[in-house]
Amino acid sequence: MATIRIQPQPFDAAAETAALTAERGSIGATVAFTGFCRDEGGRLSALELEHYPGMAEAEIARIADQAEARWPLMGLTVIHRFGLIHPGEPIVLVLAGSAHRRAAFEAAEFMMDYLKTRAPFWKREHLKDGTVGAWVEAKDCDDAAMERWGS
Amino acid sequence: MKLVYFAWVRERIGKTEETVELPEGIATIADLVRWLKAKGEEYEYAFENEAVVRAAIDHVHVKPEAPLAGAREIAFFPPMTGG
Repeated sequence: MATIRIQPQPFDAAAETAALTAERGSIGATVAFTGFCRDEGGRLSALELEHYPGMAEAEIARIADQAEARWPLMGLTVIHRFGLIHPGEPIVLVLAGSAHRRAAFEAAEFMMDYLKTRAPFWKREHLKDGTVGAWVEAKDCDDAAMERWGS
Repeated sequence: MKLVYFAWVRERIGKTEETVELPEGIATIADLVRWLKAKGEEYEYAFENEAVVRAAIDHVHVKPEAPLAGAREIAFFPPMTGG
C-alpha cells in the first residue's frame, strides 16, 4: 500500500526515505526521484500548479497499484505539491523501496512516466516581470515515455 | 450532473464548476461536448480543438465515447503537465 500525499508544503526526501525504511529490514535498495522547479534561464519567478482534488490522489493510487503489481516493492511513497512553487524548490517525490536495486529503479521511473501524463496537475508560468505567463504545454516525449512501458 | 473544469478549459469557460440538467439523447462524453459547444461562445472556445481536451467521469480518465449513465461528476481539462 503506497503512501500518497498531495500537499502545498515542501517535503524532505531524506526524512521520507528514513520513514520508508524504518522497521523494514528486507529493503535492500531505495530509489528517490525528486523533480524541481527550474528558473528557465532566469525567466521564471515561479510555477503555479493546479490540481484536481480527489482525482489526483485516486489516479496516483491507481498508478501505484500498477507499479506494486509489476515489481516486488516493499515501500512506495509519492508526494506531489500544488500551489506556487519557486525555482529550486521540489515539486514531486517518488520513492521506491525493494530488496534489490533494479525493481526500485524501474518502479520509480515507471511512476514518474505515468504521473507526467496521467495525474491531473497543470503548470502555469509566473514570470520575473510580475506577469502570469502561459500554461505549460504537454510534451509528446512524455507520452512516448509512458507508452514504452506497454500497459 | 456536476461539471468541473481545470486550467485553460476553466479559464475559457469562465467558471470552475456548474450543475446542468441534460436533455434526452446526451449519452456520451462526445454528446455532452457537442451540447456544451452549442450553449455559448465560451464553450465553443474551450472545445475548439475537441481532440485536445481530456475528460474524466467520477475521477477516472475516459474517452469521448464513454457513457454518461450513472455519472455524478464530469471533468474537462487540458493534457496534464504535472510531475
